[in-house]
Amino acid sequence: MRYPWSRFGRRVRDEELDDELRSHLHMAEEDRIAGGESPESAAASARREFGNVEIVREFTREARGGVRLERLAQDVRFGLRLLRRAPGFAVLAILCLTIGIGANAAVFGWIEGILLRPYPKVAHQETLFALAGTSQGSPDFDVISWPDFVDLRRSGTLYEPIAEKITSTTLSVGDRAERVHGSVVSANYFDALGVKPLLGRGFEAEEETGRNAHPVTVISHQLWKRRFNGDPAILGKTQKMNGVEHTIVGVAPEGFFGTFVGYAFQFWVPVSMQETFESNVYKLEDRGQRWIEGFVRVRPGATLPQAQAEISAAAKRLESDFPATNLGRGARLLPLWRSPFNNAGALLPTLRIALGVAIVLLLIACANVGNLLLVRSFARRQEMTIRLAIGAGGGRLAAQPLVESLVLAAFAAAGGLLAAYWLRDALVLLIPPRGVPMSLAGRLDARVLAASIGVSVLATVLVGLVPAVQARRLDLAGALRSGSGGVVGQGRRRHPRSGLVVLQVSLSFLLLVGAGLLLLSMRRIHDSRPGFATDDVLTAGIDLAAAGCGRPRAALFEDTLLERARAIPGVRFAALSRIRPFGYRTYSSASIETAAYRPRPDEEPTVEFNEVSPSYFETAGIPLAAGREFMRKDDETAAPVAVVNEAFVARYFRGEDPIDRSFRADGRSIRVVGVARQSRYENLLEAPKPFYYVPLRQSFSASVNLYLRTAAPPETVLPALSREIQALDRDLTPSELITMREQVRRSAAPQRVAVTLLAVFGGVALLLAAIGLYGVVSHAVSQSERELGLRLALGASAPNLMGHVMSQGLRLAAAGVVLGAAAAIGLTRLLGYLLYGVGPRDPVVFASAGLVMLAAALAACLLPAWRAMRTDPVEALRG
Amino acid sequence: MPAGKASASRIELLQGTLDLLVLQTLLWGPDHGYGITQRLRAVSGDALRIETGSLYPALHRLERRGAISAEWKTSENRQRVRVYRLTAAGRKLLGSERSRWQQLADAISVILARTAETEP
Repeated sequence: MRYPWSRFGRRVRDEELDDELRSHLHMAEEDRIAGGESPESAAASARREFGNVEIVREFTREARGGVRLERLAQDVRFGLRLLRRAPGFAVLAILCLTIGIGANAAVFGWIEGILLRPYPKVAHQETLFALAGTSQGSPDFDVISWPDFVDLRRSGTLYEPIAEKITSTTLSVGDRAERVHGSVVSANYFDALGVKPLLGRGFEAEEETGRNAHPVTVISHQLWKRRFNGDPAILGKTQKMNGVEHTIVGVAPEGFFGTFVGYAFQFWVPVSMQETFESNVYKLEDRGQRWIEGFVRVRPGATLPQAQAEISAAAKRLESDFPATNLGRGARLLPLWRSPFNNAGALLPTLRIALGVAIVLLLIACANVGNLLLVRSFARRQEMTIRLAIGAGGGRLAAQPLVESLVLAAFAAAGGLLAAYWLRDALVLLIPPRGVPMSLAGRLDARVLAASIGVSVLATVLVGLVPAVQARRLDLAGALRSGSGGVVGQGRRRHPRSGLVVLQVSLSFLLLVGAGLLLLSMRRIHDSRPGFATDDVLTAGIDLAAAGCGRPRAALFEDTLLERARAIPGVRFAALSRIRPFGYRTYSSASIETAAYRPRPDEEPTVEFNEVSPSYFETAGIPLAAGREFMRKDDETAAPVAVVNEAFVARYFRGEDPIDRSFRADGRSIRVVGVARQSRYENLLEAPKPFYYVPLRQSFSASVNLYLRTAAPPETVLPALSREIQALDRDLTPSELITMREQVRRSAAPQRVAVTLLAVFGGVALLLAAIGLYGVVSHAVSQSERELGLRLALGASAPNLMGHVMSQGLRLAAAGVVLGAAAAIGLTRLLGYLLYGVGPRDPVVFASAGLVMLAAALAACLLPAWRAMRTDPVEALRG
Repeated sequence: MPAGKASASRIELLQGTLDLLVLQTLLWGPDHGYGITQRLRAVSGDALRIETGSLYPALHRLERRGAISAEWKTSENRQRVRVYRLTAAGRKLLGSERSRWQQLADAISVILARTAETEP
């Protein structure tokens, strides 16, 4: 005799139990035969008396396996068996959960790798903080000066500051010149970060001192491999940067990219080389020149508030010692993710939204799988009822779906982590290249792993909860009456499923609205006018300092370059400026005094400015509201002049005509010769702010941007421009040769990331919701064939029937959309600054999302409705 | 009314009683599961029919608690059977179960008697 369970009896104890029960049956059979029954009828009645063998076995094991763990193992095995018997269900459920868990794990990884532990290879990032300057009356964080840095370092017992300033240069090795990015750092950089060079050493304390006295550099592993072919005898060799031969003293370990979120740096030089790398402006002895983007390593045993208190006290002393430069200035320690100096800040809102979206996606996936489990638990209602009747504890029954979902979630967690691993570099792909090697990787460490497992457990509970509650509420009497032959759209037991579907639809709708709002923002950004010309303006970075030009040569070079550029056919205007609008480098700024503006006692008004060449405004396409633009005569020998913008006039001249009036910038008097129309300077989303321009010749920079306003499409002048630049200087490589349109587009990278994430997740959510809806409607149809047949027999037309079924599904979808809309109205505000030119409650977006949702619902209901229409009344009523 | 609670309390009662009955049966001598059902049935004059779905869980539970021990033997008609016997701990347990049952029965009969007195 073969018993249905014998295939699965793996353990000896299970086999023994089988033997025991088998012997029981056997003896009962023999007794009956001895009592005169025929062998067949004896076997049958013995089994009837015995009851359901599998259930007896299950409960005996339950009674025996008093150890909880053993019980759990039984349940897990049981769960695995059930899944193996329904592979389609298992695959679908695991896939859904994998999407949900994978999305969360990926976002956790990004948050860890970009915000919380952003610097690969840097030790103990939990004790590393950003060091920023503050100035009274300004909400913005500031960079700090080297003398301040040195003084703050001297008074630090609880903290050790680290100085850094990102820079770039043209690197010539052999006959190949290329742009590379790196940073100027304090000597303790590598030691304090806990980064041990692969070869050689970091910097030594005396390499901080002496103006341009220590041309030494540590290069990245990548640069070492790429440009020096991994030369093991690299130490002591030199590479030329900014015209100066630097001795290579170390090679950074593989995977260390520096300490600037987003970019992979290629070299480091000590602060003594600052002047060489910063356009030949010597800042190391000037307390008023602020340029350092710092970090602080809080020493073991000290807390952040203690370190903050100590550094604040030190800053206070500097205030009283050097009131001219330091009045109202403080120092602030910030968590790395709040560092004002790199891309982390730009990605923070995006990642926050990504996290919200991932959680919503997980909820949708859980609702879907919960739904699938519910269908199965209805199918197993009879079995459950019997188990209950013979005395299974309600708790044990409720535990079963939980264990089943645990098994599902375990598979999904593995899949999800794999997906997160694949996706860890995905964000970089969404950000347009900037001519800098990017590093924006997610990080899957123990903390991310723990959080992902936590999410999986949460998913388990969410998924298993509904069927578990159902199992607890199992109604013996009701369930034993066979429950087929329901009516579409009725029946108490459909409520939890319908509820789940409504929840799914509403959550998907929420994501759709979010995606729609961001898509519209992207379009608005694309169409927006930044206040300068974009389509016909070509720009290129020209770094003369990097090419080794001194000031007189560079000035001459700039003039020649402009002349030659203007001579290129198709070029209408050409101009230079130090900073490119919407670029990643920061404008200079100066403290402003005017007769008309009286600052508050603790306020030191500071305004940013750009250094521009003659004909900058006509080239960049910034109209002048009054006065003139700069001319050749506004050079170093002439009196200082400036063009101010409209917000500047409104604030510092009280809106009066400023032409030929003066203001003081850092104490220097400057005469206003023109008023420029308001434009945007750093990104499309900024509020209008005061700004001014000074002639490049009066505030010289050897690192500039070239602009060409063209009559023909800008791309057509590219070859001629490259030729002209090469002809001027063979060592010069223009960086980032792009149109201003492209430059503006790049500044919308956070929106692009957010919109891509939301669109992808929204699409997946829509699909999941449609699957859920399809499941509910088709289940309802299959459960109510009799009713449908009856309706047909009573004269309902087939289309009539189809409409009946469709309306059931659409009603659920509509309820979900209403609920989702209510949630969306409250939640879309969270998109915050990512929205541009679109209200968070844009009716067009809401309506479109609703239409998409209903279309998906329609598609999901169509198949079951069509099946309902084709019901054969005779078959249905006979069955 | 939620069925789960009702059945849970019923199981409690059955379990206690069933344990007592099983222990008492084994006091008369070691036996296998089928034998126990047959003996109980015979002694009670067919009034008590023990469900296998309750008996085997009870046997394995008592075994786990050390009240009974089990070993495989070959029966008279060469059938491999699992025979249970009472342990010292089982005798003790039987004693306490019996007195508990006696207390319960006494208490119930007192209540029933009192009810009879107050009946009009």
